Amino acid sequence: MPITIQIPTALRVFTDRKSEVRANGATVAGAIADFAASYPDIRQHLYDEDGTLRSFINIYLGDTNVKNLGGLDTPLKDGDTLMLVPAIAGGSCPR
Amino acid sequence: MIVLPDSASMAIMSEGARVYPNECCGALLGTADGSGGRVVSEILPIHNGREAEEQFHRFVIGPDDFMASEKTARARGLDVIGFYHSHPDHPAIPSDYDREHALPWYSYVIVAVESGVAGDLTSWILDCDRSRFLKEL
Repeated sequence: MPITIQIPTALRVFTDRKSEVRANGATVAGAIADFAASYPDIRQHLYDEDGTLRSFINIYLGDTNVKNLGGLDTPLKDGDTLMLVPAIAGGSCPR
Repeated sequence: MIVLPDSASMAIMSEGARVYPNECCGALLGTADGSGGRVVSEILPIHNGREAEEQFHRFVIGPDDFMASEKTARARGLDVIGFYHSHPDHPAIPSDYDREHALPWYSYVIVAVESGVAGDLTSWILDCDRSRFLKEL
């Protein structure tokens, strides 16, 4: 089902500078996979080498982090809006 | 290429020294053109969301704080163009951990703080293939 995905500034270089794009999926995971298939250069920034969504990529359905809903299995309905929201992390080498 | 005014550099260094021996972090607010040029107008200090016992070598700006920084930038007619953090008793060089958690496009400013005194300050951008950081300052 068609939904909208809002793109953070840092990733718009991979979406032809679009701030939001359309995607299809019955679940959050499906919609993000559909989105990544449409813009393959973004895939490495969303998923790690094992195909798992990177830990610092958060997905909001409306105003709610899907981690507080059903995670990536959260069902979607027509017209929903997902937002990609990164957490910014880092730090000096382990000691 | 990033333009980081002395006032912003001094503010980052001051915060790095104040928060030592832990890592400070925050957002860089400013403007960006379409060809990679960017100018920092001000910094926005953000609470380090990592557990207290990990803050000496880690920082995190959680998604809620990320969205709040975007909202603050928009309200001031600016964009979030990057982030900064400190490396207590460690060089101002990105670690593998920094690279693994970085996003492209953003500028990542790092200030080294040695024994509580801020020193080198550098800025980096993640290469598009995630393999390395490119130094811009």
